Amino acid sequence: MSIDWQAFWLTLRLALIVSALLFVIGLPIAYWIAFSRWRWKFLIEAIVALPIVLPPTVLGFYLLVALGPHSPLGRWWISLTGHTLAFTFTGLVIGSILYSLPFAVQPFAASFSSIDRKLISASATLGASPLRTFFRVTAPLSKPGLITGAALTFAHTMGEFGVVLMVGGNIPGVTRTVSIEIFDQVQASNYATANATALLLLLICFAMLAIVYGLNRKAWLIAPIHGHGQR
Amino acid sequence: MDMDKDKTAERVLRAQVRKRIAAASGFVLDVDFHAAPGFTIVFGASGAGKTMLLDCIAGLVQPDSGCIAIGDHVLFDAAEHIHLPVEKRNIGYVFQDLALFPHLTVEENVEYGLSRLPRAERIYRTAAMLDAFRVPHLARTGPGKISGGERQRVALARALVTDPVVLLLDEPLAALDAATKSRIIDDLRAWNEAHRIPILYVTHSREEVFALGENALVLDHGRILAQGTPHEVLSAPQQETVANLAGFENILDATVESLHADRGTMSCLLYQSESGVQAKPVPLETPLVRAEVGSTLRVGIRAGDILLAIAPPVGLSARNIIPGRLLLLERRDVIISARVNCGVELEVHLTLAAREALQLEPGKEVWLVIKTHSCHLMQK
Repeated sequence: MSIDWQAFWLTLRLALIVSALLFVIGLPIAYWIAFSRWRWKFLIEAIVALPIVLPPTVLGFYLLVALGPHSPLGRWWISLTGHTLAFTFTGLVIGSILYSLPFAVQPFAASFSSIDRKLISASATLGASPLRTFFRVTAPLSKPGLITGAALTFAHTMGEFGVVLMVGGNIPGVTRTVSIEIFDQVQASNYATANATALLLLLICFAMLAIVYGLNRKAWLIAPIHGHGQR
Repeated sequence: MDMDKDKTAERVLRAQVRKRIAAASGFVLDVDFHAAPGFTIVFGASGAGKTMLLDCIAGLVQPDSGCIAIGDHVLFDAAEHIHLPVEKRNIGYVFQDLALFPHLTVEENVEYGLSRLPRAERIYRTAAMLDAFRVPHLARTGPGKISGGERQRVALARALVTDPVVLLLDEPLAALDAATKSRIIDDLRAWNEAHRIPILYVTHSREEVFALGENALVLDHGRILAQGTPHEVLSAPQQETVANLAGFENILDATVESLHADRGTMSCLLYQSESGVQAKPVPLETPLVRAEVGSTLRVGIRAGDILLAIAPPVGLSARNIIPGRLLLLERRDVIISARVNCGVELEVHLTLAAREALQLEPGKEVWLVIKTHSCHLMQK
């Protein structure tokens, strides 16, 4: 029985990079979803939520086509780097970002929407630009949602299987993640190794989520103050 | 003197605003007014459009048409496509629910609007403003841990520390007890003496209108019904809606019988407005207004302005002494509301003690005493 540590480090690296990138990409999308009054907004919300319901193979298949040499994006990448995006670590990152998008955007947007709009108006009347309002009011008051989104992205990427298999294949040190390693071990009837690896992944994800819910327990009060003279 | 006048003109808020809310509701805010430095009370029932008006001036809501300016400084002009963003208007706004930032301390809340100043200046001005509104001891406390009155003070300090060119107050004192309210009003007045900017103060409380009033405007269904000093607007209303808002419990029809220009009074006959029952008209002496003999006016009389006697009173200056019979006594909070039939039905307010002392019961014969100048005449 030998745990494939290389697969673990690869998975960890993937999860960290995807969480960081999705935090940056997810914030503006979530902000737009929370505050836009565009009438067709629900269509964008539906597109963002698609990865939750879509089989990973469907997403993976389209990604494979989009990243391959027959698409403009794939050709542009090949002209730039000399090889295709499919079956590379970068391809894996792109696939994981799309696959985990709702896990970041939905908690972000939910916490933005729950903020009392009067606080945002108050910030503006006090001379704060929309950007300053975001960093000084909206983001601090959304902290629980932001932590939840980042942690869910991380944990979700740690455990993903289908998209990785479709887009990344199974190249040791490049695209072989823990979940694929477990699949391989089971295929090879190495149940002891599969068990140890699976247990470790389970513990990491549990620890991650426990930390998040622990942090959010001490979250700020988001509700507006209902002051009527009582102390 | 002329210099002062120019300066005042520079600071006058002019607002001509038209804004329609979702076509279905049919509500249209349509106002045109000037507000000089000092308090302008915006008075009206809920749903009259008071908050909408403040939101338009602050820039939180964009009017459909019109123009908003402070002196020569245009904030909004539909024709010129000018709509200055909220954060560039420098207008202080204290919201009805205050909207203090829950994640910042009192001090950080007040300092929030000063981010463009150097640090030393920020600290100095924040401390001075906390002093002026008597809350320096709360500087490091969170807004969730202080009393309602203290929150109002913090909200005022936060809005005023930025030296706004106009101050908008949306029922900022509605939730407070009378004593706390009057202390805060005193501090606000003191601040206003020193700064002299237009302050729009939204309220539906009559007491606040008189306590603060230099100028008042009455808003109803999105339109300005009356504008003037609080006394002009509320004590001698010209329109019945104002009268309802101003708290006339008794509003009756009256026909003019004769005019007494020499005495400054006229004689009228009162009728019950709503009921179709033909009742005996009641003679009433009222102040003289420009009206023709035989024309019909409306008379408003406050229930608290009517005296009630259990024997025919003598030797009074009041000109109207009307006999009647008690119909109903009802306790409301700390007053007794009595309904008296004297040909028309009138509501009279008494204290609990008066009811005891006079041993009032329904059916008892009483006399109502109404001073001539307690009768407020309006157009029908």
